[in-house]
Amino acid sequence: MAAGGADKFSVLLPTYNERENLPLVVWLLARTFRDSGNNFEIIIIDDGSPDGTQEIAEQLEKIYGSDKIVMREIISVLFSSGTAYIHGMKHATGNFIVIMDADLSHHYFHTNIPPVFLIKPIAYRKQKEGNFDIVSGTRYKGNGGVYGWDLKRKLISRGANFLTQVLLRPGASDLTGSFRLYRKEVLQKLMEKCVSKGYVFQMEMIVRARQLGYTIGEVPISFVDRVYGESKLGGNEIVSFLKGLLTLFATT
Amino acid sequence: MTKLGQWLCGLVLLGSAWAALALAPPGLRLPAPCRQALLPLPVYLLVAFGCYSLATVGYRLATFNDCEEAAAELQEHISAARADLSRRGLRF
Repeated sequence: MAAGGADKFSVLLPTYNERENLPLVVWLLARTFRDSGNNFEIIIIDDGSPDGTQEIAEQLEKIYGSDKIVMREIISVLFSSGTAYIHGMKHATGNFIVIMDADLSHHYFHTNIPPVFLIKPIAYRKQKEGNFDIVSGTRYKGNGGVYGWDLKRKLISRGANFLTQVLLRPGASDLTGSFRLYRKEVLQKLMEKCVSKGYVFQMEMIVRARQLGYTIGEVPISFVDRVYGESKLGGNEIVSFLKGLLTLFATT
Repeated sequence: MTKLGQWLCGLVLLGSAWAALALAPPGLRLPAPCRQALLPLPVYLLVAFGCYSLATVGYRLATFNDCEEAAAELQEHISAARADLSRRGLRF
């Protein structure tokens, strides 16, 4: 429990060139948390974006208050999911951490920050309902799904997920989805144990969480492609996914 | 044990059981019909698994939800957000 006994949610947002998306994401998050009555903060971890992302973040901080929006910058060649989260968690004062990854078929946190309006209150309720250590968003169950995907992309997604289920038996239906809610202690423990980079890191966290006996709940999420050209799912991405999957297969 | 380790153990166990039964020396053989069925069993299982995989992925592909309402809702939210934030002084 956070100070005062009530739950507080810290949202970690690693950003790179998100000047356009950032206000929308922050607005949606703020509104969702206000509607559900939860205390929250949004921690923006920026990788030295040249497009003015930080300037927008500072404006948002003025609008929402610096207890609600926290801006941190790291400029590092080693910037990755892992370092961004470690850095972000140092400043997190909530007892629950929400991680929203951007589109994973690309550079790991670029452009497609998925819509969150369905997620927050549902995830929170789910967590309370089952007292889960982790709540993971899934595109593959319930009324979760996608929008704007052609057949080829859906096929690759389902195929990759099938392979993942067979090889890793992870106990969660969507390992590369882009939304998770963790208890703070659980996330800290997992970050110590996980060694992969990029989105494989996300997959590894779920696999290790299962091994450590943490409970994982799922909520359906809708993943909507907002960018005008859809993300390309090319040969390179597929090869690196397979490499990551086989590495996890052999090491966890 | 890693997943790879589990698979290897499983394969070694099943593999040696199969080899023992299907390729046994003359003195310890099972009746011929049994051995005839047993010999190609690994290939049959592989093919069966292949069919199961295709069917499963095909089914999941066909039932992959398209979130029309979510997309529409998102567009509304985007307009509302832009309006509200401009009102509160955000310079886009």
